[in-house]
Amino acid sequence: MTASANDGRRFMRSAGLRFGMVYAGVFAISTLALAMFLWWSTAGLLDRQTVAAISADVQGLVERYREGGPLAVEQTIDQRMADNLDDDAIYLLVGPDYHRLAGNLEQWPSRVTVGIDWDQMAIERAGRRGMAQVRRYELPRGFHLLVGRDVEVHAQMERLLTDALLWSALVALLLGIAGTVAVRGLFRVTLADVSATAAAITGGDLTQRVRVSGRGDEFDRLAETINDMLDRIARLMDGVRQVSNAIAHDLRTPITRARARLEDAAAHAAGEADLRAAIERAQSDLDGVGAIFNALLRIAEIEAGARRSAFADIDLAPLLLDLADLYAAAAEEHGQILVPDIPASVPAYGDRDMIQQAVANLFDNALKFSPPGSTICVAARAEPGVGTRIVVADQGPGIPTDDRARATERFFRGESARSTPGSGLGLALVQAVATLHRGSLQLQDNQPGLRAVLTLATHPPASRGAAPMVQVDASSSADQRTLATDGS
Amino acid sequence: MRILVVEDDKDVAGFVVKGLKEAGHVVEHADNGRDGLFLAASENFDAIVLDRMLPGGVDGLRLLETLRGQNNNTPVLFLSAMAQVDDRVRGLQAGGDDYLTKPFAFAELLARVEALARRGKGEGPQTKLVTGDLEMDLLSRGVKRAGQRIDLQPREFRLLEYLMRHSGQVVTRTMLLEGVWDYHFDPQTNVIDVHVSRLRQKVDKPFASPLIHTIRNAGYMLRPEQP
Repeated sequence: MTASANDGRRFMRSAGLRFGMVYAGVFAISTLALAMFLWWSTAGLLDRQTVAAISADVQGLVERYREGGPLAVEQTIDQRMADNLDDDAIYLLVGPDYHRLAGNLEQWPSRVTVGIDWDQMAIERAGRRGMAQVRRYELPRGFHLLVGRDVEVHAQMERLLTDALLWSALVALLLGIAGTVAVRGLFRVTLADVSATAAAITGGDLTQRVRVSGRGDEFDRLAETINDMLDRIARLMDGVRQVSNAIAHDLRTPITRARARLEDAAAHAAGEADLRAAIERAQSDLDGVGAIFNALLRIAEIEAGARRSAFADIDLAPLLLDLADLYAAAAEEHGQILVPDIPASVPAYGDRDMIQQAVANLFDNALKFSPPGSTICVAARAEPGVGTRIVVADQGPGIPTDDRARATERFFRGESARSTPGSGLGLALVQAVATLHRGSLQLQDNQPGLRAVLTLATHPPASRGAAPMVQVDASSSADQRTLATDGS
Repeated sequence: MRILVVEDDKDVAGFVVKGLKEAGHVVEHADNGRDGLFLAASENFDAIVLDRMLPGGVDGLRLLETLRGQNNNTPVLFLSAMAQVDDRVRGLQAGGDDYLTKPFAFAELLARVEALARRGKGEGPQTKLVTGDLEMDLLSRGVKRAGQRIDLQPREFRLLEYLMRHSGQVVTRTMLLEGVWDYHFDPQTNVIDVHVSRLRQKVDKPFASPLIHTIRNAGYMLRPEQP
């Protein structure tokens, strides 16, 4: 296969060329239709009028013949020729022997024989040559009648019209080709940028974005969608990078500890009891590592969005009351009171397991950080237009304003939380659940304490890419951050 | 009980087989899917511990589907490093009875396998559960110990019912969370311990001997005082 054949194939496969050709085809069809209509309504109309006039003439003469015979027809023909101001009428009445009786033709045209009713022919009349449309009519008793109209003017006009249409067809063809090239070029230019951006991204440069022209057209919307997608990918990549750094740090610590314990025990253990104790502590360190892994994988699973298939309409009221019941006993044990403020029914749309786990994490935090004697409130409301809000408020130390924006990052632990057990993944999971539900997690000041507001979008988006939903999705984390910082 | 372990990792398999034998069970081991399927289909087991990913062309899911296709209803516990919710759902849909993710504590595995093997015996619908001098009427939802009525909250009733149905077996906190509350996550707080301790207040405290025992590093067990 030669290179030029290859190029030709590529050229033919171009979508821009296809669109251009479709455009040219439509353009050609419309031009053709216009030409046909023009022809039909000018030249065609004149022809039809001529034929109608001839037919009416013949009709009249035939009636005269019935009333008064050949003599009356001769008179009428003379009369009509005299009345014919345009001098375009042609009459000829001949006897059975084709001898001229009346009319303005010298003799019966030889080509108009029996069997031909209508004809168009060249005639010579009063020294002028021209075209005529004629009709032959057989009168009773062997008389022949020929009626016609000089159509030389029509013929001239038709020639003019034909010329004009041919020229315009040529112009249309050129315009069609020019249009095809223009459409193809437009496509190439617009898509070239998308293509170049995609290539740059593939090459590893995640900062590239598709240029938005600002016209707000379809290409702009495509560019915006692609840019949103790239932003999300960049965020995910950042997340991955951040997580791998955090994993490296936060998982190495307990693994190092476990390893050190085992090594120390192997070298210095005094007896079996010492060994067993060291092994058990190492075991619990490893269990801690396992728990961190599980939490990380769970967050990753939620963030991948795969679980949206399990979304359903659910009632949060029994779900939250059950959870509150589970935790109320533990709260009491810590000298705290867990007060649910939940109406009879709280409709929501989402994944039951995920919401349970998110609220359980909020409870875990509230119980862990609240001092004895404090009250923990859990409330839920379905708010039309906003979604479903779940609020868990405690009277603990809260989160300092500066830390709130970062509190939902994986492995983030505030200064005050360093001394309590935990992995720093609880709020990250709640945030992931909120994002999965196209909602948000807001951390506010409860004066004193922390007020965590988990918002879930109530209704499934009508379609992918419905504008308001995309907005919520794209800006949720940013929103949550500004709101969280404003909350104090 | 006769238990089949299908697991390709030598260390994990050795650890599980040894542990199960120490707990008094008869254990067969296969280290690939083909042998596992052959053993499972040709011999009678009370329970099967099955790894999801196996060498030899037959993975855990295929093995189980083939087994279930032959109307073999031996209880199966999946043991897998695939921990996603969808993986778990797929395992249970294929006919698995329980799903345990790696890494796991042996006590958890043992408790679950014994619970499965016991359930496989098919006790049929019961109306009354009895452990020692503790009686539970499932129809009237009444609980008596030594002839004395005990008032329980609905959730306490379900917790006790679960313990009584698994009486004489270790039940782990995770099993309680799944079986009684239907939750599939691990809370950071000792919520289960608090509920069990409340149940103890009602079931054990007023009486001479305790029925609910704490098993160290594992969970709880309900059993009558051994003579």
